[in-house]
Amino acid sequence: MKGTFQRKYLGIPYALYLLVFVVMPLIVIVKYAFTDASGKPGIGNFINFFTDPNTLGTLMYSLFLAFATTLICLLIAYPAAYALAMSKISSKGAILMLMIMPMWINFTLRITALKELLTMIEGNLALYPFINSVIGMTYDFLPFMILPIYNQISRIDKSLLEAASDLGADPVQAFLRVLLPLSMPGVISGISMVFLPAMTNYVVLDMLYNSTYIMGSLIGSYFSAYDWHGGSTISLILLAIICIFTIVVGGEDEGKTVRGGSVL
Amino acid sequence: MKKKQVLTPLILLIVLLLIYAPILILAFYSFTDASTIGQKASFSLQNYVTLFTTPELSEMIRGTLFLAVGVAVISTVLGTLGALGSFYSKPATTSVYRLVNQVPVVNADVVTGFSVCILLVIVFGINKDTFFPLVAGQTVICAPFVYLSVYPKLGQMDPSIYEAALDLGASPSVAVRKVVIPQIMPGIVSGFVMAVTLSLDDYFVATYTKPASFDTISTYVVNATRGSQTDIKTALWALSTVIFAIVLIICVGMNRSSVSKDKKKVNKMRRANA
Amino acid sequence: MSSSLTAPEPIIELRNVTRRFDDNGFIAVDNFNLSIERGEFVTFLGPSGCGKTTTLRMIAGFDRPTSGQILLGGKDISKLPPNKRPVNTVFQRYALFTHMNIYDNIAFGLKLKKMDREEIDKKVKHVLEMVDLEGFEERSVATLSGGQQQRIAIARALVNEPEILLLDEPLGALDLKMRKEMQIELKSMHDKLGITFIYVTHDQEEALTMSDKIIVMNGGQIQQIGTPEDIYNEPKNAFVADFIGESNIFKGIMTGKLKVRFCGGEFDCMDDVPEGTQVDAVVRPEDVILTAPDKGTVKGVVTNVVFKGIHYEITVESGKNEMVIQSTKTPKVGEEVGMCLEPDGIHIMIAEDHTTRFDADITDEYGLEYNGKEIEADITQIIKGSSLKDGILKDSSGETVRPENIKIHISIEPADIELTDDAEKGLTSGEIINLIYKGDHYSYVIRTARGHDLIVDDEYLWNLGDIVGLIMPADKMTFTLAK
Repeated sequence: MKGTFQRKYLGIPYALYLLVFVVMPLIVIVKYAFTDASGKPGIGNFINFFTDPNTLGTLMYSLFLAFATTLICLLIAYPAAYALAMSKISSKGAILMLMIMPMWINFTLRITALKELLTMIEGNLALYPFINSVIGMTYDFLPFMILPIYNQISRIDKSLLEAASDLGADPVQAFLRVLLPLSMPGVISGISMVFLPAMTNYVVLDMLYNSTYIMGSLIGSYFSAYDWHGGSTISLILLAIICIFTIVVGGEDEGKTVRGGSVL
Repeated sequence: MKKKQVLTPLILLIVLLLIYAPILILAFYSFTDASTIGQKASFSLQNYVTLFTTPELSEMIRGTLFLAVGVAVISTVLGTLGALGSFYSKPATTSVYRLVNQVPVVNADVVTGFSVCILLVIVFGINKDTFFPLVAGQTVICAPFVYLSVYPKLGQMDPSIYEAALDLGASPSVAVRKVVIPQIMPGIVSGFVMAVTLSLDDYFVATYTKPASFDTISTYVVNATRGSQTDIKTALWALSTVIFAIVLIICVGMNRSSVSKDKKKVNKMRRANA
Repeated sequence: MSSSLTAPEPIIELRNVTRRFDDNGFIAVDNFNLSIERGEFVTFLGPSGCGKTTTLRMIAGFDRPTSGQILLGGKDISKLPPNKRPVNTVFQRYALFTHMNIYDNIAFGLKLKKMDREEIDKKVKHVLEMVDLEGFEERSVATLSGGQQQRIAIARALVNEPEILLLDEPLGALDLKMRKEMQIELKSMHDKLGITFIYVTHDQEEALTMSDKIIVMNGGQIQQIGTPEDIYNEPKNAFVADFIGESNIFKGIMTGKLKVRFCGGEFDCMDDVPEGTQVDAVVRPEDVILTAPDKGTVKGVVTNVVFKGIHYEITVESGKNEMVIQSTKTPKVGEEVGMCLEPDGIHIMIAEDHTTRFDADITDEYGLEYNGKEIEADITQIIKGSSLKDGILKDSSGETVRPENIKIHISIEPADIELTDDAEKGLTSGEIINLIYKGDHYSYVIRTARGHDLIVDDEYLWNLGDIVGLIMPADKMTFTLAK
């Protein structure tokens, strides 16, 4: 029955794969999050999380670390992306590639390099755990901030800037009223690329000898303690944060592929 | 006006310096006998000898590469089929595909790794030593990017190309294989490359789903930082340098080929205009 | 202001303005001199790349002249940034701010002037009425059609009450019907507002319809300035004649007072040009009168007839010449016809000198070269009385002449240069940037990589944009020795 082939059937294997390996794990963690060790359903895990000063402290610390990382990334990435996108140099492509090339080097090796350098400068990494963690996260995620902002700025029709100055705006006003607002989609997708990983990537903290927990480390420690219920609870809280973040900030689909280094 | 021209290269230079200082300094010391950087040291290739002669290290590297290629192949097949299927489905179905596909993309890798591990290992009771949880888990983070890389290419394709193939007598399946797939090949290739790099970069899924005796570069490096074996630690500097060199060569090659294409064009024009 | 005795007051003046692009040395605007009066509707007309947009951008302030001055009301504004100039622009693709609604787009300039809110409201409302889009304040840019966006772009510029409104091909993106409507509207807006409009277009019909004054440009230079009637009826050169309207251009010669000979016949004309002068005669297709074969000044055979709605376009071959005629008569293909011309149907232009001139390089062996290619010429023939012996050149008085002391000018006529497909062949090569049909041959303008334009006459048709090799036979060259 060759005639019954329809192109939409090609999606079946992937649909099944998504169902089993994406949807089902979600159902499983929901189930584990809402049951206790004896299998009794309830919201005890969440009450524990939100009443325990330690876990609440971890949440705050994660948010603060992620906020600081995002801010520093933005402060470095925006001028760089702006300078590159607006410059008339011919080797733009090469410089952009240089800026995002580290994405393709395993992040643990990059953090190793950073750790050795910071150790040389500071002597003892344990002296500035928070600062080191922000530096580490920034170092890890900077390309994810540069690329979407660069893409967005270079997409802006430059005659809009001419129109602004034609209508009486000086260069600063033209930037603030036209270029900056129009570059916001890039900034937003950069923020969403950086903020969430910065709350969860505990390996960076581990490697830089910061023993404070972030949300990701909690999952790691529940995992080591075979506490699937606790781990699922944290996972679900993180998912909720991601959802809220996505709704509030409204990141764009497009920017997300940056993670895979889609500059090819 | 003048100021900007000085400022632009200055900003770019500073950012590039920030990005490359650690990597380059580490690369420099990888060629010495120093055990920490900044130390007075003399030239030595010992780190590279250790890197390529320690069975533990070379096994780990080989394992990581095999895993990455395997995962990328599976992800590419699945993601491409998914993109094709969803592109030709009803809009409602397509948006379900897109939504579910987006979950691993926006989700934290820790959560993805943890949840896949619970499902497969705890609920289904699959042994981690079978590598099934590891491969399946990494495919979860890789395939959606293949999907995202292929899907837009389908949109850019002229839809009448497929119809033209049918018109010329091809069956639908032949038309897809011989006409549609070649048209979206660039998307498939870049999806594959993305999948390889994502797998190589992954730590979280691997650490929750891998067999205890198996290590990827990521998990190995993280464990090595916790340990105190100096020769292994400095051998990893060499590994970092080797990977950096490979990535650099690939990037330069890619840039060259695009530049030389441009140059050829320019030369053709030049010759014509001389 | 129509009949004042004082000299009309120029609002904007361009003095020796040149714009050269640094990256490729291309001269977009070449020593441009122009003065525009207050309240005029002026159009820059020319093919793409002729420098019209660059000139407009220099007036707006987006581009700076490499040299020369731009004066606004007598004051030099060449170095003023765009935001300091009382000039506003309607952009080619509108350049509306997509992140703002219509109100904020229009109020953009007023807000920057720190005008109070009420006044801004009033002005925005007024200008929206003027462009027939009342009540559009809250709409977003994306919901507007092309024509509406166009009107908003005009409103956004006009609300600032500029002294000059610049319009850069503003109707280019609209469909034909919309374009015609907007032409009329823009013209009436101009009449109502009384401010100066400077308009850029490559569409000659648009220019003829709307302008008080047209500036025809090509190759960064002004070809002709005049009213639409002047430009159409009295084109100054073959370029203008060919660019504006359809025309037949023939090579001819003056054979007496008010008498010209071309196309195998002698005609009466109205341009007083001395006898014997080489001329180009321009004949508009609608001015040719078809007659019986024996009644015409010249005879020809019809080769093509195309129905064009209100008339037929008829191609007639007469000897080596070809003439396009618009007529309501319908001769058949192959039919023999006669053609007459009234004196006022002929416009005479004194033929320009199109000789190509360049300097030869002299090799150490006293060979002539250009562009690294050998020119087959004997130097002893060029330098009178000289002789070449053992690789040493001695002049007529027997003194040695060193190669670096010789400078030889070469000149060659347009008809003597041959075109070839092979860009490597020939002395140099270039791109065809313009072509004009001149009855029995085409006259091509070819731009070489070095940016020189030269004229070549060839009887075969090449396409615009073709890259051609230029073969210059040495026996057709004229060599002159420079001192």
